Parts: sequence; C-alpha cells; structure tokens
Amino acid sequence: MNRRDARRLALILLFMPFALWIALLILLPHIGMGVLSLREKVGPRQYEFGFGNYIDFAQEPIYWNTLLRTGSMSLLVTALALIIGFPIAYYIAKIAGRRSRGALFLLCLVPLWVSDLIRAYGWILLLRETGIISGALQYVGLVSQPVEMLYNDAAVIVGLVYTVMLFMIVPLTSTLDGMDDAMIEAGYNLGGNGFTVLRRIIIPYAMPGIVSGCIIVFMLTAGSYLTPVLLGGKNSSWFTETIYEQFITRYNWEAGAAFGFLLLAFTSLVVWLGLRLSGQSLTSTVARS
Amino acid sequence: MRKKPACIPSFPTLTAIALVTAGIALAPGGAQAETLRLLTWGSYAPEALIQKFEEKYPDIDVEVTFSNNEEMIAKLRATGGAGFDLAQPSHDRIYAAQLEYDIYKPLDLSKIDTSVMEPSLLDGVKANTTIEGEVYAVPHQWGTSGLMADKTKAPNLKSWADLCDPEYKGRTSMRLKRTILLGTAFAMGENPFEAYSDLEKYQQILDQVAEKLIECKGNIKAYWNAGDDLAAMMLSGEIVGSETWDSTAYKLYNENQNIVFVPPETGALAWIDTFALPAKGKADDAAYKWINFVLQPENVKMMSASTGAIAAVKGGKDLLPDDKKAAVNAAFTEEDIANLKFFANIPPGVEDMEGRTLEKIKAATGG
Amino acid sequence: MGPDDLDLQCLGVSKSFGSVKAVQDISLDIASGSFFSILGPSGCGKTTLMRMIAGFEEPSAGDIRIKGRSVLEVPPNRRNVKMVFQHLALFPMMNVYENIAYGLRCQRMGKEEIRRKVHDVLDRIALPDVAGREIHQLSGGQKQRIAIARCMVLDPDVLLLDEPLGALDLKLREAMKIELKLLQHQFNTTFVYITHDQSEALVMSDRVAVMNNGRFEQVGAPQELYHRPATAFVAGFVGDSNRWSGRVQSVDGAALEVATEGGLPVKCTAANDGTLAKGDRVELFVRPEFISIDRGSQTSGLSGIVDSLLFNGANSRALVRTDSEELVEADITLTGGTDDIRPGERVSLTWAPENALCFAAAGKAA
Repeated sequence: MNRRDARRLALILLFMPFALWIALLILLPHIGMGVLSLREKVGPRQYEFGFGNYIDFAQEPIYWNTLLRTGSMSLLVTALALIIGFPIAYYIAKIAGRRSRGALFLLCLVPLWVSDLIRAYGWILLLRETGIISGALQYVGLVSQPVEMLYNDAAVIVGLVYTVMLFMIVPLTSTLDGMDDAMIEAGYNLGGNGFTVLRRIIIPYAMPGIVSGCIIVFMLTAGSYLTPVLLGGKNSSWFTETIYEQFITRYNWEAGAAFGFLLLAFTSLVVWLGLRLSGQSLTSTVARS
Repeated sequence: MRKKPACIPSFPTLTAIALVTAGIALAPGGAQAETLRLLTWGSYAPEALIQKFEEKYPDIDVEVTFSNNEEMIAKLRATGGAGFDLAQPSHDRIYAAQLEYDIYKPLDLSKIDTSVMEPSLLDGVKANTTIEGEVYAVPHQWGTSGLMADKTKAPNLKSWADLCDPEYKGRTSMRLKRTILLGTAFAMGENPFEAYSDLEKYQQILDQVAEKLIECKGNIKAYWNAGDDLAAMMLSGEIVGSETWDSTAYKLYNENQNIVFVPPETGALAWIDTFALPAKGKADDAAYKWINFVLQPENVKMMSASTGAIAAVKGGKDLLPDDKKAAVNAAFTEEDIANLKFFANIPPGVEDMEGRTLEKIKAATGG
Repeated sequence: MGPDDLDLQCLGVSKSFGSVKAVQDISLDIASGSFFSILGPSGCGKTTLMRMIAGFEEPSAGDIRIKGRSVLEVPPNRRNVKMVFQHLALFPMMNVYENIAYGLRCQRMGKEEIRRKVHDVLDRIALPDVAGREIHQLSGGQKQRIAIARCMVLDPDVLLLDEPLGALDLKLREAMKIELKLLQHQFNTTFVYITHDQSEALVMSDRVAVMNNGRFEQVGAPQELYHRPATAFVAGFVGDSNRWSGRVQSVDGAALEVATEGGLPVKCTAANDGTLAKGDRVELFVRPEFISIDRGSQTSGLSGIVDSLLFNGANSRALVRTDSEELVEADITLTGGTDDIRPGERVSLTWAPENALCFAAAGKAA
C-alpha cells in the first residue's frame, strides 16, 4: 500500500461516520417513511399504493388546522425568541467584557443541562394553580384567589421560548461578535440616531445570524413534542401530537408517515419563504454560523 | 400500579423506533445463560421478584422494558414480533392486533398452571383471544377504570356524566383516550361494546359522545396524560374528581383517606392484563416459567403490592397488601363487582373511528 | 486669528481611564481648510483625543469647540465632524451608493438630491462608475476614497482620519499620501490626520502636533519640527537621526562642546537657545544628511571604517564604525561608478556645528 492509498483510506475512514449517519439514520428512515406514507390500507394486512393518506389530510380540517396552528404558534415563538434574544446577544457580543462573556454564555446553556421533561415539570411547578407563582401572588396580595397559569397556549409559548432561546442567542452572538465596533460608531458619526443605526446597520449586518437563528428555532419548535403536550391545555393540539397519535394509539403508521412528511414539507416551505423575504440563502446563514 | 410510564418518547425517537428495535432483534442472543426479555407495564416486574426468580432459575437473566398497550403493539409491529419473549397487553388488545399484524404466537396451555387462575377470568380471556382454535393469552392481573373523587368536596360524583356537572366547573379532569368515550357512552344509556358488531351504530354513538364531551370541555380543568400529573392535581386540591385508573386512586387513598375510587353507576370498566408470547420470541420456556412463577400465591403478594392491581388467581383480592385491600373495600361493594364491564375485543377499524373522535374533541374550541 | 477662522479648538482637554491618564491638558487650534496631523507612537493618546473630538468619549476636563461652539453637550451623530476609521468601517451589506447615501438619508434629504450629491462626490473622487458596486469588489485604494467620499458628501466642518493608510501596502500608501493631500485641497475642508508614521505626517500636513504620553511635545509646520525640534523626543521621533549621550565640556552662548560617552569631542548647538551649563548631561542628535563623508582621515571630526552600505537609490546610506566603536549613519551618493565608497575604507565624518542639536537629558542631575 503506497502513501497515496493510505491517505485516501484515512480520508474515507474520516468521512465514514458522517456518511453512515446520513445514510442510516437520515436517508434510510426517510425513504422508509416515504414508501410507508404512500401505502393505503384496504383491509387487514392488505395495502395498495396511493396518495390516500395525503388526501385524507387535505379533506380533514382538523389536521390542517392543527398544522397551521402549530406553524403560526411556532412563528410566534420564533419572533419572541428573536425579540428577547437579540438584546441578550448584543449585550454578550458588544457590551459585556471578555471575561463575563463566557459566564453569560454558560448561563444561557444551563437550561439545556436538564432534560426536556424536567424542564417542562419545572414550568408546571411554577405555573400551576397551587404552584409557586400563584402562591407568591397571593402572598403579596396581588390576587385573592389561586390563579391558573398552566394548561393554555401562553404556557406552551413561554415553555418553548425558554427551551429554544439558546439556539437563537448563539448564532446572533457569533455574527454580532464578528462586527467591527467601528461600524456602529461610523453609523452614529455619519448622523444616524440609535434607531437608524439599529435598523440600517446592526440588523442588516446581523441578518445571516438572525435568519439562521430563526430557522433553527422554528424547526425545533415546530418539531417539539413534550413541551406542548405537558404544558398545553384542553384546546392546544400540536401537530407532532397528531403524528404520535397516528403512530402509537391508532396503529396507523401510514397516515403517521404521511403527516411526518407534511410537517417536513410545511416547515421547509416556511423556511424557504423566510429566506426569500430576507434575501438570504442557506449557505449564507446556517452554513456560516 | 398501572400507569403510563412517565417518560413519553419525544417525537424524533418515533421515527427511529423501527431501526432501534430491529437492532435489538439482530443483536446476538446472550451467552449460555438464557435471557427472558419482558415487555410489560411499569411496576409489573418489581426488582425483588426478579431477584427471587433469578435465584430460582440461575441460568435465566430477566430484562425488562416498561411500556403501555399502544407502545407494546407498536414495538412488536416494528419487528414482526421479535425482540421480546413475553408481552403483557390487555385482553382486548390481542385479537385485532394478531389478525392485523401477526405479532403473537399461540400458547401451549399444558405448560401453564391454569388451575390457580380464577376460572371466570381465564375463560373470559380465552374467549377473547382464541383465533382458529388457538389460545393466544392467559390472564395475569385485572383492574378497573372508573372515577375518583374527594368525598368532602364532591360527595355526589357518581356517574361518568358527573364530570361534566357545572357544579364542579373547572374542577374535574379526564384522560382523552378511549376509556372516557366508552364511559360516556354507558352514561348516556348506550352499550358501546354491543355496538362493536354494528360499526354504523357505533359511529352514531361516538358522534353523540363527541358532542357531549366537547360541550363538557369548559368544565374540565385539563386532560391528564400520566398518572403523575393526575395525582398532583388531585392531591393539591386543584381538581375534586376525575376519570382514573383504580390503582392511581388507591395510591392517593393512602395519602388522603378522603380520595376514593368511585365505580360509576353504570359499572366500572374492567381490563385484564395478560401474558402473550411475541411471534418471534426466543425463550418460550423461560417465559412459561415466569408465568407460573408470578402466579404462585407468595409471589402474587409481592406483585400486587407493587402494581396495586388484583391478580387473576383464585382469591386474588385477599392477596392484596392490607392498605390496598382497605382502599378496594372502601371503593367496591359486591354489586359493583357484579356490575363490572369488561373491555370487549376491539374489532378492526374501531381504533380509527375512536381516534378520529378523540381528535375532533381535542381540536374543538370549547371552554 | 480669531475664533471664526478656527474650525476646531481643544482647550485643556484631559481624559483619564481609571488611574490611567490617556490625554493630559491638550490645547490646540486648527485653522479652517488646513491639514493637521497628530503624530505619535501607539499608546500616546492620539486615538483617545480623536474619539473625544468625534464624541465617542467624553473629556474628563476641558472643552472642545467646533467653529467656535462647544460641542461637549452634542451627541456624536449631531456633531458636524466626520471620521474615516482605521479599517474604514464601510458597511459591507450596502453597495457604494448606499454607503455614501447613508448619511444623507439620516438628514432626511430628498431622493433626487441624494442622487445628485452622491454622483457629484463620486465624480470628485474620480470614481464615477462604481456606484453600483459591492464593497468587496473594490480595491484598497478605491475603498479608501469611498470612505472619504462618504464623509465629504456631508460637508463636515472637520474630517478626522484615523491612520487610514495603515492597512495598505507600501506602494499604494505612497500614492495615497499624495492623493489625500490633493483631495484635501479639492474639498478645502479641515483634515485632522492621526498617524504614527512620521513620513505620512510630514508629507501631507500643513501643521503637525507630535504627541507623547498624553501630551503635545511640539506643534508646528513639518519643516519646523524637522529642523528645529523642541524636545529630544521630537528630534528622535521625527526623521532619522544619529543619537549620542554626552556631557557638556564648554559653553559659548548657544555653541557647545560636548564629549560623548565614547569620548568623542563634538561641537554642537543648544536647541531652543536652551541654557545648558558645563557638566550637564545632554542628548545629541545629528541627521544623516548633514554628515559628509570623505576618504582618508582628517584632523577635525570623526574618523572610522565603512562597515556596510545601505543602497536605496537617492536615499543610500553608509554605516560607519568609528574608532570608538560607535555606528554612525551618513547619507551618501552611490552612482555605481568606480568612485563610490566601499565597505572597509577608512573615512572621516564632518558636520556643521549648527546641525548638531543638544537637548538636556531627562533627569539631568549632576
């Protein structure tokens, strides 16, 4: 074996885990799901090829309403995460000292150290009628009766924003960090006020980070399961829940697979629209950060 | 106690279920020692009992996977019945699943000591799970679904329909699953199990039930998902009554004697968890040994103490631990026992109809 | 010169960061339309001074006036002082047109007028066709000019330039020096130019302030700084010099005789008509171009052996090792003919006493 072969072998070995990961855990299951979603059940152990599962979706307003609801709530979560995350990212990247920056990042990371489930239960403990916030409000005397803050859409949004915040802050901080402070000063120097500098200089500069943060957050939110299920109320159905129901309680893997693809297509469409509207491309945003 | 495991799989896990379970199935089956891979409910395999079993049969290792009815079937379906040697679905989840997915194998009844079993339960399960002359399941434990109420705050909660009584507005809960559909149907004077033979009729019943439950949404505080959140709402006093598993109610009775299980007027809905062999199980002998082992009276006691359910053996109720026995006695009279409604086999298609109904209720914007 | 003719005044401006005094009691007057440089080594406080003028830092003491009016209360975006940043700080997400139009938009100027002004200023910097280009498509020199145009289109009272040539390569830097000077004439605006490169300051400026340790050492025309440095620091920092330490041997008015530490007797002149007495420690500076080299030894002056030649066209130099083992730089002319001086030759070095400047050494005790 000569040196060139050895190098090629090393390259193949290095690439192998990634290739296997893509092929076995992403490609294969999706192909399987794709095939599954195109099977129509006609009787026990009898299937036919067809688009029946997708047609079912189109004909049942409950399903597409749930999907639209999931989409619009996810957009709201994304917007909130951006509005809350941007000042934090700006503070970390531009105002905080070098030393406190690491500590601040760490603080943002802390919520990810505990599992989804524990985080959701944390919110339940806080928000429930006999929970901490309700108790504190009564103690202070702001309310005379226990207040229920759990089991509604607001609780779901709060829980989701909390969970995804880091994924907004990291790309924002890294783009803002790359911005020369002189750029901001130049913005002021040339006559811009704070708002103009923010709107015409900082935000356009941070656009790749904003878009990539939004994409990640939106995808995570639309695909989340535990938080909406545990914090959601009587009326807050989430599309992943519908998929879970199809797979597990209704044994309808075919429809579940079709719904999975519809969710993927829907989120991809939203992301594509977002990229079009912001004038960014995938390579300039997600691939960059 | 019988409850949904606290850990609900996150969505991405679902897509990988097929792969993972396939991986388990492909893994080489242990060394010389035989492995018994048990697929059962949380608390249905207490650690002490496993130790005792392994002492008695030193060449058998027991591996336990906790699950629930739906996930048991999903897991077995993914592999065509491989990966596990003994499963414990409820009696109504055998027949249709076997017809549809071929995931179980017939039992050899000669290897099971059926003489210790309560004859009525054994016959009931056999009748429910016989396909082409082959028996696919025998009973293990049984329990009920019904109501739970705080006697001091909701003394008049007696019927499924009382959960929707405006008197308890915002103070009741239920699990949005098939049990409440069936219970509500009974409360409306229908018999849904009889309607299984006439699906059109059943659909009509479901439509009425849906209407009723959508109307009822405003009365409900929240739908519970797992035994834990139900227990928390009940103990904190946030709700005064709920649809429940009896075992959850018994557990709460230990902590607060005012919280009792209430069999609904129309009869508590009874389920029997069974033993069934997965189609591609590899340790049938070990599985039979486990079945016979856990049905021995001294072991039944350990099991019931852990699960809170009554074993399907003769005199099963007497083998409950004392505190559980007290809770059962506080809940059931002889008439209540006679009035039990055992879940009927689910014919193909019904799960889909029920699923649609549940989705409709969840999506409706009441209350 | 009344305050009306002054575009920029600093009156006793100081700035401290904690215990560090970055700028100490600086006063300066800059006349309208002049090119003023602040020259100093890095860390001397020149950037802090400029940032105070632009409004990004607040002085700890003193006053800054533009066109005679104090601007201490005016926020940076309202001061009519524009700035070209060290790395230019052009906005990469806007094209050239947008970059230049940014400031005009901030003034809420009409679209048509903005168009006219942008194209006008692009014409004046001789880049009429780049309006539609992206910033990354420009060359280094073009970026430089756009950065200036972006400021000049706003008609500033003063334009601050913070070492804008630092990032350019040598050739371009030389060309840009000239161009900057021409642009300044063309716009007839006051330029305040910050640099650590003395040749940039000397070539372009009408007046130069040499800054060290937060203070001005000397303010004057380039020639003045070069030929009549006020302090040893200025003499050493501006232009090249041979430098010795020594002790005064005799005093005759401004004419001194100094013995260097190597023991050489040197005739020189006290700078600034300074009062030096016999026995004072002094720093002695002689510029290479005032030293003449002759073959062979002579009685007056120094003699030594040529160590090496540094050929650089018209600016060639010889390094001469004197008999007292000191290296002296002297300008020579190398024509390439056989007559040229070669390494190893014995030479003598002479200069006029008025070209050798003496300063009292820091801490001139004893």
